[in-house]
Amino acid sequence: MNFDDTPQEAEFRAKARAFLDKHLKKVDPNAPGGDEFERETRDDIARAKAWQATKFDAGWAVLTWPKEYGGQALGRLENVIFNQEEAKYQLPPAIYGIGHGMLGPTIMAHGTQAQKDRFIKEMARGQVIWCQLFSEPAAGSDLAGLRTTALRDGDDWILNGQKIWSTGAHYCDWGMIVTRHDPNVPKHDGLTYFIVDMHAPGVECRQIKQINGGAGFNEVFFTNVRVPDSQRLGGVGEGWKVAITTLMNERVSIGAGQGAGRVRDLFRLARKVKRGGKPAIQDSAVRQKLADYFVQSKGLQYTGYRTLSAISRGATPGPEGSIGKAVGAPLSQQMASFASELQGAAGGLLDPAAPDASWMEGYLASPGIRIAGGSDEIMRNIIAERVLGLPAEWRADKGIPFRDVPTGTVKSK
Amino acid sequence: MNLEFSEEQKFVQKAARDYLTEHSKLEVCRKVLESGQPYAAELWKGVAELGWLGTAIPEEYGGAGLGYLELVLIAQELGRALAPIPFSSSIYLCAEAILQAGSAEQKKKYLPKLASGELIGTFALAEGAGDFDPNDAATTFDGSKLNGVKLPVPDGGAAGIAVVVAKEGAGASLAIVSLDAPGVARTNLAAFDPSRPQAKLEFKNAAAERLGAAGQGAKIASAVLDRAAVLIGYEQVGGAERALEITRNYTMSRFAFGRAIGSFQALKHRMADVFCKIQIALSNGYYAAWALSNGNDELPVAAASTRVAACDAFTLASEELIQMHGGVGYTWEYDCHLFYRRARALAAAIGSPSEWRDALVTRVDATI
Repeated sequence: MNFDDTPQEAEFRAKARAFLDKHLKKVDPNAPGGDEFERETRDDIARAKAWQATKFDAGWAVLTWPKEYGGQALGRLENVIFNQEEAKYQLPPAIYGIGHGMLGPTIMAHGTQAQKDRFIKEMARGQVIWCQLFSEPAAGSDLAGLRTTALRDGDDWILNGQKIWSTGAHYCDWGMIVTRHDPNVPKHDGLTYFIVDMHAPGVECRQIKQINGGAGFNEVFFTNVRVPDSQRLGGVGEGWKVAITTLMNERVSIGAGQGAGRVRDLFRLARKVKRGGKPAIQDSAVRQKLADYFVQSKGLQYTGYRTLSAISRGATPGPEGSIGKAVGAPLSQQMASFASELQGAAGGLLDPAAPDASWMEGYLASPGIRIAGGSDEIMRNIIAERVLGLPAEWRADKGIPFRDVPTGTVKSK
Repeated sequence: MNLEFSEEQKFVQKAARDYLTEHSKLEVCRKVLESGQPYAAELWKGVAELGWLGTAIPEEYGGAGLGYLELVLIAQELGRALAPIPFSSSIYLCAEAILQAGSAEQKKKYLPKLASGELIGTFALAEGAGDFDPNDAATTFDGSKLNGVKLPVPDGGAAGIAVVVAKEGAGASLAIVSLDAPGVARTNLAAFDPSRPQAKLEFKNAAAERLGAAGQGAKIASAVLDRAAVLIGYEQVGGAERALEITRNYTMSRFAFGRAIGSFQALKHRMADVFCKIQIALSNGYYAAWALSNGNDELPVAAASTRVAACDAFTLASEELIQMHGGVGYTWEYDCHLFYRRARALAAAIGSPSEWRDALVTRVDATI
């Protein structure tokens, strides 16, 4: 049991630092934070692509991927070490998380050799960007209830429908989409997965404005979009199986360390603002909350390390891996709420240039984190069912043809 | 980094679980609770013979010379079994204080007997309601004699010796007192968890030997309590895990409205919440166990974090255990209240979670 780097890990960390020092500037702890990833300009995208190419050409991109695709075949632990070091520098917006974290591994697991050769190395170098096309207005938590159709037409398929919440679709080149090819069978059985060219005729992106003013998410409309069968990923009717691979990679995302950094900022804030004529950090009610946020943040950080440690030794991550989002998402909202409260009346302002506005920005952003990528409620279902072994939810749509499944009307404003 | 316990350590844990599954069933806890016995004597003897008491005591003092990583795993199993024995008082507190602050002679005199189980030790800290500040203790030590009242003292009735935290001069000191000696009167108190008895100790010019340097009592006590917080934390995690298992099993077998009540989402989500709290406690415990075994300066923050998280987890787990059993969870006959009582006792033991939260903020603040 050892929380310190092993000598090999320390050596790797030093190498990573040397590479990063050569190319990047360190983060200024006093500069206000931004939510850059939701408001990328074209310049931001260009900078992101340039940095990805630099990393790729120097052998520091997609570290866990096989060498034949430009990776270094390293373990997740090395990947985390590199990410920990990289986070200390000023970076362009992160736009490859979905592609490199989830979509590339899905192609590696289910693609034909031709598909792997065509797409993966190119994806790694980052000059093309990928998006995920899963959720729909009527199918979020119940993803398998999706309705975008794929109808066979010779050597192609014709796609019609609508996806929603696709991060970055408006600047992406390729997408991975789950469609319904057969509504006459039960819902999970009628799905097929494709790689789709986002520049193909009939694909239309519309950015969605979020409550915090950002617009990173998109509705993506498919109107008679032609997709060659060579871009089908996995067998006809295997769409759910392939989607699970994508989702499993999403779930093993480990946010080691971010929460812990935020809680230290909260301590700094509590020193700065006053309560009862003294620094708030001397107030006993404030201290009780600070302690709880610290305990939970560190608990999440160490839980992430436990999961990593298991993965690095080739073991399957234990059930503790499920708690990251379930605990972390509401925690970030609670901390943001508390930090806003500590600022008194100033907690009712939102000037991005103000030094502690990041907390109010976080309060606006955090409801999205509690819902996206597996809502709080779904995460609890997963823990209850897959970890604790409790019975699955009773479903009204089990075993019946999809076309007979009851659906409410989806009203838009 | 490698956050696994070693194969040998996992084996120690498995052996402990196997032994306690056989020899420390919940009825053993219930028997102590209902009978007023100070502890389960057979179990204490068995555990001593297996060498558990001396796990983290060096071989030169009669211990097994293993370490804290093994001891936390044993603690977790003891917690899971609600083992009704004075392990925490004697080993996590008394022996630990002597290991931390004792002279070579004191270690030679006391540790082998604590390791063999023939001597039971305890740690006398609290003086009634509210929090306790060693530098403000009402119990006094003048270098050779103790005067004052300590309550509650865990296992104060069964113990042969106690390490007492007392005021000396402007500060505090630690002293070892033989509880069978003149000047020591002990009264059993009515404990919330009678499976872990508590006593009042009254000292009237009771002869005692100094432990550690004069006036260093607050500092030594703090170090001892940090270590105990980690070990007790593992007991709390073990207890919480068992409580959640029993809850899960019960809700799978209890039917209402035509299905297992464990299939209702409200209960599923609450059990998931208990699970999350347990993992937060366990993960903080991993870090604290490493700090403890490494003797590094991460321990004060890690220990306080573990205590807060573990109190939270076990308290919630024990409350939900009763709640999800419905009416039968409220009966004496069902085992739910054994966990409920133990959770309360461990939360009361070495300073309340709120005190530890306050200490945690001070400690973290110093590192930022």
